[in-house]
Amino acid sequence: MNQEGRTAYLNARLLDPASGLDETGALLVEDGRIADFGAHLFRTGAPSVNEVIDCKGLCLAPGLIDIRVQLREPGEEHKETIETGTNAAAAGGVSSMVCLPNTTPPVDDVSVLEFIARRSRELKRSKIFSYGALTKGLAGEEITEIGLLREAGALAFTDGERALADAKIMKRALSYARTFDALIVQHPLEPSLSRGGVMNQGELATRLGLSGVPTVAETIQVERDLRLLESNGGGRLHFAHVTAPAALEAIRRAKAQGLDVTCDTAPHYFALNENAVGDYRSFAKVMPPLRSEADRQALVEAIADGTVDIIASDHSPHDQDSKRLPYEQAAFGVIGLQTLLPMTLELYHNGHVSLLEALSRLTDRPAARFGIPGGRLRRGAAADLVLFDPDKPWTISEEAMVSKSKNTAFGDRPVQGRVVRTVVDGRPLYVAPARR
Amino acid sequence: MSIAPGIAFPHRHLLGIDGLSPPEIIHILDLADSYVEQSRRVDKKSTLLKGLTVINLFFENSTRTRTSFEAAAKRLDADVINMAISTSSIKKGETLIDTAMTLNAMHPDALVVRHSDSGAVQLLAEKVAGAVINAGDGRHEHPTQALLDALTIRRRIGHLDNLTVAICGDIAHSRVARSNIHLLQIMGARVRVIAPPTLLPSAIDRMGVEVFTDMRAGLRDVDIVMMLRLQLERMQGSFVPSVREYFRFFGLDREKLACAKPDALIMHPGPMNRGVEIDSELADDIDRSLIRDQVEMGVAVRMAVLDVLTRPLREAGATEGGGE
Repeated sequence: MNQEGRTAYLNARLLDPASGLDETGALLVEDGRIADFGAHLFRTGAPSVNEVIDCKGLCLAPGLIDIRVQLREPGEEHKETIETGTNAAAAGGVSSMVCLPNTTPPVDDVSVLEFIARRSRELKRSKIFSYGALTKGLAGEEITEIGLLREAGALAFTDGERALADAKIMKRALSYARTFDALIVQHPLEPSLSRGGVMNQGELATRLGLSGVPTVAETIQVERDLRLLESNGGGRLHFAHVTAPAALEAIRRAKAQGLDVTCDTAPHYFALNENAVGDYRSFAKVMPPLRSEADRQALVEAIADGTVDIIASDHSPHDQDSKRLPYEQAAFGVIGLQTLLPMTLELYHNGHVSLLEALSRLTDRPAARFGIPGGRLRRGAAADLVLFDPDKPWTISEEAMVSKSKNTAFGDRPVQGRVVRTVVDGRPLYVAPARR
Repeated sequence: MSIAPGIAFPHRHLLGIDGLSPPEIIHILDLADSYVEQSRRVDKKSTLLKGLTVINLFFENSTRTRTSFEAAAKRLDADVINMAISTSSIKKGETLIDTAMTLNAMHPDALVVRHSDSGAVQLLAEKVAGAVINAGDGRHEHPTQALLDALTIRRRIGHLDNLTVAICGDIAHSRVARSNIHLLQIMGARVRVIAPPTLLPSAIDRMGVEVFTDMRAGLRDVDIVMMLRLQLERMQGSFVPSVREYFRFFGLDREKLACAKPDALIMHPGPMNRGVEIDSELADDIDRSLIRDQVEMGVAVRMAVLDVLTRPLREAGATEGGGE
């Protein structure tokens, strides 16, 4: 028998985006798995369990899945480690995440993949899955051992924060990946157009005297890759952190046409616009850059209409020395594991999507696309759960971040929605401090 | 930014022209007029800043601007420390904020800072104790250049409002252009920019300027022609195809100048590329060119800026001395 035994979650608002379930009921965890759940459960009598958790009517949903995370281990442990990163994940309700291959060394070899998997198993924290590098050394020249990496557990293939620019290599990668039904993830920015840019191109960049990255850099890359996918006669393609209205429109059309393409975006792109860097605020410096207000609104629409399948944090920890620099020199990226849920719930609170639709982009949709077990409430499945209060107001602050790096773009932002408990394989990894 | 509304120049630092009001600009220009007179005397020195320390902190090479600030501070009797910090030593690991902490230990009363990154001077200003004067940050602002240009124009023509000023050349990479666009518009002048599209930053029209890519059309009826320096590395195919093509279409010569008002004046922030953006002989024409005046006004304007920014400090110092 597993030491966890039986735990009953009573009086919960059960949410399962995959099945559309939204009802008050109970959920029973047995040996780290979901034994049963529903309105009927424990109606007739007190459960004989080791532990009873009164959910007090709060939401109990599948643990969140974050498909775009950098944990910096191995190589940059001064910014984040698997341990500190999984602490942040647990505090954010994230039970599974997929890590980018841009570590040092990069995940272009089975041995690095195995190192990360072993560290993850040892720590028994939130589950860590990994991307494999799409090209050796992320250099964009030779494709990696996609088959071997896939066998060793790589969920998808990407060059991380670099676009695979060379059309011929991309064509080969899409073609070769079909053998293994492997998903390719592109960082869609045409490098010769985005090179040197540090913020959105436009009036504000001109006023600040900063080099801009035009949205067309993203659109061109997306359109080119969609053409390659089409000419490939098949294959699976996903675009990371899409921000440009025309790129979203191209993806919308490609989906209607039947291409196997998906995309994600990150909370900073739908919650902030370029004005966030207006005072040379390097903590809001990201790539692609925060866009104009009109672009942001188009992105919210694309999330609502389903063009954007997944919301990912794009968690990119950077220490103070990398961020507290003149804007142009500061590193790109923000942390996001801990703010993923409240920022996504903003879309629900603002009336753009339903609660289940918001959660779907953090649970069953990423699970299905990346082949991650979980993301739904299912009898017999691992008990990866998040209990949260969807309305609880709080203010994001650097001090509240448990990540090793504190580079949040949302400092001082009032939000609604707080994680109360994060459960992985039936074990509580995070329990919010009791309310006063 | 404002520390004491009601006084003539209520700002702790001079980081840019954007955000200044007409009376604040006029106050500096009026004061600068008096410093022009002082600088023309045999004894050019006064003791206004006696005992104060001014650090010239240049992260980017500049002989002209640094010398101008140095002359200004010395004429007011400040102690001047020149620090030229090459970007290579920054790459060795010391950050801008480290530098600020080091400087604070020297108790500077004013810091004159030039940096190749837009926004870097503002970042430094947040971390140091003294008043910070932006001597040029990246492509962002160069406020004392705009002030000296304004002083030059005002002394020659008598006013700034209702003038039409054309700024010509590499607008995209120019902090001088941005500061001048702000200042001239604040003071009621009309501003045009003239450049090939590759040297125009995106959405520049949103800054309230009229945009021209045909120099003759752009110069029609203007009072002032401000030429900008075009960096050599930008002339060899990356932004414009060649020097000779650039000069043909965007270099200022007598023939193109004829499109402007008959008495139109020429300015250039220096250093000039003779024969690239401006015809050499035209640059030296004392009837049309204000280029030499600009250099003289530079020192006076910088004296005025040092004066207004250290005023709260000097007043506090006077009280301190009186109490002893």
